[in-house]
Amino acid sequence: MTSGITKVTTHISPNEQLIFERSQAGRIGYRLPALDVEASSVDDLIPKEFLRDDDLEGMPEVSEVDVVRHFIRMSTWNYSIDIGMYPLGSCTMKYNSRLNERVARIGGFANLHPLATEEDIQGALQVIYELQECLAEITGLPGISLQPAAGAHGEMTGIMIIRAFLDARDGAAGSARRTMLIPDSAHGTNPASAHLSGFSVKTIRSTPEGLTDLDHLRELCAHGDVAGLMLTNPNTLGLFERNIKQICDIVHEAGGLVYMDGANMNALVGVARPGDMGVDVIHLNLHKTFSTPHGGGGPGCGPCCCTKELEAFLPVPRIVKNDDTYRLDHNQPKSIGRVKAFFGNYGMMLRALAYTLTHGNDGLREATEAAVLNARYIAEGLTSDYDKPFNSPPMHEVVFTDKRQSRKGVHTLDIAKRLIDYGFHPMTIYFPLIVQGAMLIEPTESVGRQELDQFIEAMRSIAREAVENPELVLNAPHDTRIGRLDEAAAARKPVLRWKPTPQAEATPA
Amino acid sequence: MANVPEDLHYSKDHEWVRVEGDQAVIGITDYAQNSLGDVVYVELPKTGEEFAANEPFGSVESVKAVSEVFTPVAGSIVTINESLADEPEKVNSDPYGEGWMIRLKMANPGDVDSLLTAAEYEDFTKAESE
Amino acid sequence: MLDAMGLKSAEQLFDSIPQELRLQRPLNTPAALSEIELLDKFERLGRRNAAAQRTSFLGAGAYSHYIPTIVDHIISRSEFFTAYTPYQPEISQGTLQTIFEFQTLVCQLTGMEVANASMYDGSTALAEAVLMAERVTRRSKVISSAAVHPQYLEVVKTYVQHAGIDLELAEFDEKTGQTGAALAKAVDDQTAALVVQSPNFFGCIEDLKALADAAHAKGALLVVAITEAMSLGLLKSPGACGADIVVAEGQSFGVPLSFGGPYVGLFATRDKYARQIPGRLVGEAYDKKGRRGFVLTLATREQHIRREKATSNICTNEGLIALAATVYMEAMGKRGIQEAAHQCLQKAAYTAKRIAGVKGFSLPFTGSYFNEFVVRAPHNAVELLSRLAKDKAIEGGIALSRFMPDRDRDFLICVTETNSREQIDSLVSALSEL
Repeated sequence: MTSGITKVTTHISPNEQLIFERSQAGRIGYRLPALDVEASSVDDLIPKEFLRDDDLEGMPEVSEVDVVRHFIRMSTWNYSIDIGMYPLGSCTMKYNSRLNERVARIGGFANLHPLATEEDIQGALQVIYELQECLAEITGLPGISLQPAAGAHGEMTGIMIIRAFLDARDGAAGSARRTMLIPDSAHGTNPASAHLSGFSVKTIRSTPEGLTDLDHLRELCAHGDVAGLMLTNPNTLGLFERNIKQICDIVHEAGGLVYMDGANMNALVGVARPGDMGVDVIHLNLHKTFSTPHGGGGPGCGPCCCTKELEAFLPVPRIVKNDDTYRLDHNQPKSIGRVKAFFGNYGMMLRALAYTLTHGNDGLREATEAAVLNARYIAEGLTSDYDKPFNSPPMHEVVFTDKRQSRKGVHTLDIAKRLIDYGFHPMTIYFPLIVQGAMLIEPTESVGRQELDQFIEAMRSIAREAVENPELVLNAPHDTRIGRLDEAAAARKPVLRWKPTPQAEATPA
Repeated sequence: MANVPEDLHYSKDHEWVRVEGDQAVIGITDYAQNSLGDVVYVELPKTGEEFAANEPFGSVESVKAVSEVFTPVAGSIVTINESLADEPEKVNSDPYGEGWMIRLKMANPGDVDSLLTAAEYEDFTKAESE
Repeated sequence: MLDAMGLKSAEQLFDSIPQELRLQRPLNTPAALSEIELLDKFERLGRRNAAAQRTSFLGAGAYSHYIPTIVDHIISRSEFFTAYTPYQPEISQGTLQTIFEFQTLVCQLTGMEVANASMYDGSTALAEAVLMAERVTRRSKVISSAAVHPQYLEVVKTYVQHAGIDLELAEFDEKTGQTGAALAKAVDDQTAALVVQSPNFFGCIEDLKALADAAHAKGALLVVAITEAMSLGLLKSPGACGADIVVAEGQSFGVPLSFGGPYVGLFATRDKYARQIPGRLVGEAYDKKGRRGFVLTLATREQHIRREKATSNICTNEGLIALAATVYMEAMGKRGIQEAAHQCLQKAAYTAKRIAGVKGFSLPFTGSYFNEFVVRAPHNAVELLSRLAKDKAIEGGIALSRFMPDRDRDFLICVTETNSREQIDSLVSALSEL
């Protein structure tokens, strides 16, 4: 069979083509029972002009074995948590329990239709309710919706809640209050989410210490147009904003609300609660702190938690309990509305509740302690070789820069790519934007001392290579199926789907 | 050492202006294209559109970044460099020649007087990179 | 390790958190459960969901279809489900190549030119399509058919409330159940887009070509939403009818019902709008040795670069569910999807015919349908369905009064290739009895 790709090696697994390039007319990979009712003529049922006439052109015809080999071969090209550590700052790549997977596949949940009537879904609603209770306790914020499907979705929900609250409180005067303050170290979803609620964004500076500049905050709040502040705590440098209470007071006094991006909750669970800090609304990432699997880019689940004052604005329906019965409460006239059909990413709620119950209340706190301890250990292990821009002890993640290595022409990107040759996924690079050449490292609690030492040793080795043999680092990775890709060419002339080439005909296998 | 042709005017946002009668040809400088990296896409306005001085008229994208481009002088678009749609890399290879972006009819020819000379721009970029 | 760091206790790790902010007591969440206790708890909770055990004719945005066994097996591969977003392409080619296949399959099914790597679900994909239409046309009026899934319309309303977009509804025809005429008439040169669902919430097939023509005549876009993706195996693709943006719920393709999520939103459009698409895109790329690979591309549209000017705030999408849909679409292939769709059509037609033959029951809409249709009962539908469930262990349909209060005798019934003749005949007998 011909194919346009240059072969990677002689081994067939790395050379696995696209499924369309494997397709052979006549092959099938499924078995349906025969039709057991009398068939009418399709033309009698549906007008001809509404019917498909292209025979699903281009879609593959392959056998079950073809499909299995195709995907299993491609799977071997991936790194994953089950293979090793992902020191990705801000991502909290912890172990994805297999037990949680088993729970999610229990028939009583997996086969349950979301529009079945209330009395027939009590077990499912109980799961939502119990998770809500746990998350409310963990965050110290009693109002909660599990409907958002991801962190950014939860952010949008939270900011819309702020908008709704302010508009209800201020009436027409609210139209003057349309500025959202966001730190220069924030994740890109923050300003994007603010924009969706009709807010414009003003950036707050960080101090040389890496924390929110209180004077700048006061200055911006004095304008009188501040709807709120979005901040991450610990921040994206891994540092706890110890002035958080003051920060919240300043914003509240200026008539605004405080939104916290909960991406870094892994440093706080069981230790400190955003609700106790003065935060008004927060989103959580169940696919970070609560171990639900990343799946190569989702699904996630981004619960939104808020104070009692903001509860009325949460999405509908709310899941409530009356005596022993769970109900769907649609009667929330102040609600911002629905943010997703049905209930949200329910399968991830099951997994997150299973995680919470497996750890238990003391286990959750221990996980937090281990996460912070591991990050500190790495921070200490790498300071001899890498530039650490902030002196304060980091929480669950730590940031370094390529300042020393770049003197020899070796940059963060190169260090990241070389780390691949050592069997690790690279750390988060070039984020947060306020640190030049940032390398943000978060080991999580799922890594033992042995593996931490291996990681530290790998990084130190790369630092040596940067001096003694920079070419090795600059041309990394060397041991992967393909090397660095020409992303500029890919962006200039994007090819975003397969198309049959004119001369491609089905050839005998 | 970035290239800074003598006969052009410059802005602090790293655009250059070549005056041709009452028209101005505008693009981004060698310093700018170097900071951006490989340009993959250039977003340009339509002919006839009007802009005030220092208003953004489009944007330049590399793989990992996007920057707005501002017109240092006010005017209306006469033509745009259509070839950049297929060959955006010209902005990198020939920023003052084939990488030109827009030609506009100036609303106030006096606008160029407040721009930087080649020498002033060179000093400006030196200070920025320190 | 604490010693190695010069720390005396774990509490010291949190020195940078002011004492008064630290929790001074254990969390008031349950104590740890062992595996056995945990499984026991969840299995008991699962058994309390009686609806999951019954024969089902439920649709309305979530569908029961046959899922080949290999789908779950493949998405359970460690390398797929515990992998991160493919930002480092050299070690993520498995994820990237499967997404590229997904994007291609979505284009083939919808008849469009470019598709993204997924949205959260059909409802949010529709909301994003409306926002995109406004960006592309710079017009602020959007007219939607009132026969779009009510929950989808709710989500769109939430998304547009601060976007300066006016959302209007066009009523459906009481006789046919379709929207066509009203929607086509309402478009003017202030309209950014017409929004229609086909098959619509009542299961009726809409005339997409007529709507595309009406929209384009006024410089507006046609946005088509699809809740039952299986319909694409039989009906003319929205792309072939002239749609500009197509969004769909992909749950019918290899994704369990799972009480409403995680599902997967499909989003496809024309090449000329590629830079306005929300969400991730995977493109082909080559390394120095000329070897083909795949990479996340056109990232400058996205939040991590363009921030508040991004085409969307979406970051995490539905990666693993898109993979499940990809495995399904490839295992079933062109033959399987067409056959499953054909079975849905025939079984629904059979069911409708038999129900129409039961005294007191009728089909109120005359529009043609794929696998969902509305039945009018002689009495209150909620009561009827409740008795069907309790007495006959059949989930017979969804009462429309839950969404449209005055339609108290109507219910929506969905038939798929998973409903045997026996099940259908039992349903019909039960209806005659009750």
